[in-house]
Amino acid sequence: MTTRFNPARFAVYFLLVLFALIFLIPVYVLLSSSFKTFAEVQDLSNMWGLPQGINLESFKAAWSGIPEKGLRGLAPNLANSFKLTIPATILSALLGSMNGYVLSKWKFRGSDVIFMLMLFGMFIPYQSVLVPLTITLSSIGLGGTLWGLILVHVIYGIPITTLIFRNYYAEVPNEMIEASRIDGAGFFGIYRHIMFPLSLPGFVVVIIWQFTNIWNEFLFAVTILQKPELQPITVALRNLSGSQIQEWNMIMAGAIIAAIPTLIVYIIMGRYFIRGLLAGSVKG
Amino acid sequence: MDSQTRHERWIAFLMLLPSIILLAIFVYGFIAWTGLVSVSKWDGIAPDYNFVGLKNYQQLFLKAIGGVSALRFHIGLWNTFFFTIFFLFICLLIGLSLAILLDQKVKGEGIFRTIYLFPMAISFVVTGVVWQWIFAPGTESRPRGVNALFSTLGLENLKWGWYTDPTSIGPFHIALIPVIIAAAWQMIGYTMAMYLAGLRAIPDDLREAGNVDGATNFGVYRHIILPLLKPITFSALIVLGHISLKIFDLIYTMTGKGPAFATDVPGIFMFETTFQGNHYAQGAAISMIMLIMVAFVIIPYLIFSFRQEVEL
Repeated sequence: MTTRFNPARFAVYFLLVLFALIFLIPVYVLLSSSFKTFAEVQDLSNMWGLPQGINLESFKAAWSGIPEKGLRGLAPNLANSFKLTIPATILSALLGSMNGYVLSKWKFRGSDVIFMLMLFGMFIPYQSVLVPLTITLSSIGLGGTLWGLILVHVIYGIPITTLIFRNYYAEVPNEMIEASRIDGAGFFGIYRHIMFPLSLPGFVVVIIWQFTNIWNEFLFAVTILQKPELQPITVALRNLSGSQIQEWNMIMAGAIIAAIPTLIVYIIMGRYFIRGLLAGSVKG
Repeated sequence: MDSQTRHERWIAFLMLLPSIILLAIFVYGFIAWTGLVSVSKWDGIAPDYNFVGLKNYQQLFLKAIGGVSALRFHIGLWNTFFFTIFFLFICLLIGLSLAILLDQKVKGEGIFRTIYLFPMAISFVVTGVVWQWIFAPGTESRPRGVNALFSTLGLENLKWGWYTDPTSIGPFHIALIPVIIAAAWQMIGYTMAMYLAGLRAIPDDLREAGNVDGATNFGVYRHIILPLLKPITFSALIVLGHISLKIFDLIYTMTGKGPAFATDVPGIFMFETTFQGNHYAQGAAISMIMLIMVAFVIIPYLIFSFRQEVEL
């Protein structure tokens, strides 16, 4: 190996860096605009320029609103997103784990067909269930409530969480289960002593996946939750940006606030995030 | 497993049963219900399940009956078509290119991968907000976004209306271009991750065998590696394709239906006609058509995947 200039290697790095810079343009826009003052964002000639300094006025406005302009802050909506996402994620992970256990280790006649019919549920356009869904939620007293939306995310999360756990548990050798049966373990004993302890990486993948998806979801939330004070941050952000306001620094700060929780999870747990991503595409 | 008792098999089935029932109701039951609404007279806040046959569908497809509704729906279908074609092409091409570049044993691979993939972790709503800012055209005297950049660089004649331009070339609305760019930005990393996983699954012996045979690096990719990636391209087409057929959040946030429906898609039409216009039957018909389009792509894929698993 020589260390002299290699044009092919140079081209590889050049392209990788070029694409990285292009991918980061929106990040630059978010950061530079959000650190500007309202006076600065109104100067269109410098809209791509750096802010004059790190000004946090916009984050304060995004967080608590600008009452004199009738703009609501996003802090309550951020709290709603957590109140929604955390229980929905935990419940759907537990449900998926049990389903995956049954569908991988307790297969019965027709279980593969049932699994396939379950999977179809994760691909449908949710528009095709929205109206019956809102009617049903109202009739069981959950219309327009966070708990209603939690229930919705748990139900429509069943296919993907079941899929990830089923594929994960399929790798557990049957010999381990047989050995534990000889020790007298039954359906729940095997789950508690063999499958569940082995499931930690599976749970991490599923929890990250569901957390990200439920946090980022928009259609169910905007349809089910009408009251602004109950809406999660995605809906509140869209309402803010759709309201023709001029405070772009505030909107960008709001977008950062909305993106940060899932970005932190992604940066810390990227490896598991990718696994969830790939599990969603490779069936069976 | 043979040692499972009948009793335990029942317990196993009972543990699965709640999920089966929930999905039977919330997926299949609700789809049937929506199907019923789509052939009903329900046009207003109060439900009206009187049967009208395929009238709501005719109003979407036949301009003579549907008027503006049919016009809007036709544009939405064309937009979905072009959006899907370009979105898939860009994601696959750049996703594969990035994966191949990252496969060249580069330093800092993790950092590059993290940068390309991070858009997948954020909401389409956030993406829509940022790209709305980037492509907002502003006015002739006060250009914004990319147009402002063009002005600064003296490239005045490159300025145009972006997503506010109602021009169409044949049935292709050029206002879709910024939307396609935003969607591709979000999903290229995902395509790259799929291809990269595929590349990493190819044993080194195969590449070395190619090298020994005197094939160039390019030849190895062309004749050995790319053919092995075909199943990944297939999966990526299905996953990205079904996302683009039902796209809603991103466009709704970034541009809405656009001028003269230039960026409209059935998802937006359904949402607005149902929840803002109270035309429930029409909304149901649109969502049934969306479902059929997605099912057309997904059902063969599911069946194919399961056949493969049985063979293994």
